[in-house]
Amino acid sequence: MSDFSHPAILETQQALGETTLIADPAQIVDLCRHLKENEKFIRLSSITAVDWHPAEPRFEVVYHLHSIEPIRRVRVKCRVSGTNPEIDSVYSVWRAADWYEREMFDMFGIGFRNHPNLVRILMPLDWEGHPLRKDYPVHGYKYGYAKE
Amino acid sequence: MKQSFEDHVATIAATQETPAGPAAPRRMTLNMGPQHPSTHGVLRIVIELEGETIMKAEPDIGFLHTGIEKQCEAINWAQVVTLTDRVDYLSNLANNLVYALTVEKLLQLEIPPKAQWLRVMLVELDRLNSHLVWLGTHALDIGAMSMFFYCFREREDVLRIKEMFSGQRMMTSYIRPGGVALEPPRGWEKALGKFIRQFPSKVDEYENLLDSNPIWKIRTQGVGFISIEDMLDLGVTGPMIRAAGIPLDVRKTEPYSSYEKFDFKVATRTENDVYARYRVRLEEMRQSAGIIMQAMAGMPEGAFQADAPHVVLPDREKMKTQMEALIYHFKIVTEGFRVPAGEAYQAVESPRGEIAYYIVSDGTSKPYRVHMRTPSFANLMALPPLLEGTLIADSIASLGSMDFVLGDTDR
Repeated sequence: MSDFSHPAILETQQALGETTLIADPAQIVDLCRHLKENEKFIRLSSITAVDWHPAEPRFEVVYHLHSIEPIRRVRVKCRVSGTNPEIDSVYSVWRAADWYEREMFDMFGIGFRNHPNLVRILMPLDWEGHPLRKDYPVHGYKYGYAKE
Repeated sequence: MKQSFEDHVATIAATQETPAGPAAPRRMTLNMGPQHPSTHGVLRIVIELEGETIMKAEPDIGFLHTGIEKQCEAINWAQVVTLTDRVDYLSNLANNLVYALTVEKLLQLEIPPKAQWLRVMLVELDRLNSHLVWLGTHALDIGAMSMFFYCFREREDVLRIKEMFSGQRMMTSYIRPGGVALEPPRGWEKALGKFIRQFPSKVDEYENLLDSNPIWKIRTQGVGFISIEDMLDLGVTGPMIRAAGIPLDVRKTEPYSSYEKFDFKVATRTENDVYARYRVRLEEMRQSAGIIMQAMAGMPEGAFQADAPHVVLPDREKMKTQMEALIYHFKIVTEGFRVPAGEAYQAVESPRGEIAYYIVSDGTSKPYRVHMRTPSFANLMALPPLLEGTLIADSIASLGSMDFVLGDTDR
């Protein structure tokens, strides 16, 4: 089940019955297109990110793919540096990436190259900072409950 | 800087000059929401109209963003259950279940059959609750007002049963990592049995009420079409995609919590319009009632929580007599249980579609990252292709047929 072969795959991991592919961020679009067209992963279930602050590379961009026939799921992970984090958008492969990538841009400040409309989606447009980063306080910067 | 009066008049005059040449078709921008009764929450849609045709529709979300994913990182594993209730407030048990299953996957816990059966039974009861609210409000939007009263009459019964089990009508937090919160109350079989035996006849009643109404049919049939390719590409799941003929249901394709032991059909239609989505949900209500009856009839004996003293709070009686139970209780309450480092992704079929949590643990008593893949968020991406090119009068029916919950979208 887990023998995916593509030059972008750096490592394959199996844990808890789930397959994880660690991929080269520079070739993510190629890999995704390969998985969609040759391995039948026609659905993008979600895209998310994990912040490993202060480790470097700081961010992990995580793609969860789903194939309907046969039923299987795979996780693709890319490690992205914390200074000027950027990765190519997979919008050209699945349009479902649109809002997920906007959400990651909003919450983690990760840029997605070639995204058609990369603006904040959940937070107000003039918000400062990226709330899901680990160095962002839970209560935000604006309202200091600690002082009250 | 203060403008002189003459300048002011000149600026106004410049804007009021009509452009030369033939008049281009005038586009009107209409702002729908965020406070609009038929958006079912705080959804804003910027609609561009030419006449009565929608040329462009752009959803604007985030008005109900409460930072639940961020808050999850600040509290311990057991406390997160209460937040999952508030993600999708019409099907909180499905959210409890997907969280519990993901944490149990990380802990590699075995759940006793009785807890699994109770989970299936209550999640299906919650599906009835969600579909009843949907049917009532959707029919109300289209103009069939009495449906609302019928559906909320039955929903009240569902909420009473939920209250009986958990002490809460809506934010139940009943399904927790390790099992369910409490032993089922005395007399639950009588109360639930009475409700579920007469429920299928109630569904027939709804069907009679709506299907013999020509206005309902005219307003729903052939309205709200969206191509299958678009839906798969945009990640649409749930009754939306099943109404287009694709039997995509996590309960069948990747069974969890012993769903493989229950006999039920995945409701599908092929018309792919608002009416088909209504028929799919009606059929799902009947199937759910069937699953609840099977769960009641075959309810196994035994424990309702896993035998995992480091995760599940000990019995009150044991705490008075056993040292270990007291120590575990102290550890779980003060520090919270620890989850081995790792990551897990678990999908569950909620009334709205595939809901999946991606949880990363770093081995401490707090989650490192909880990502919620919610069906409403993905389904709303399909709003522009659904609305564009249709009439503004149909937009309410199309919107309602998606059945999104804004708490689920914005998290």
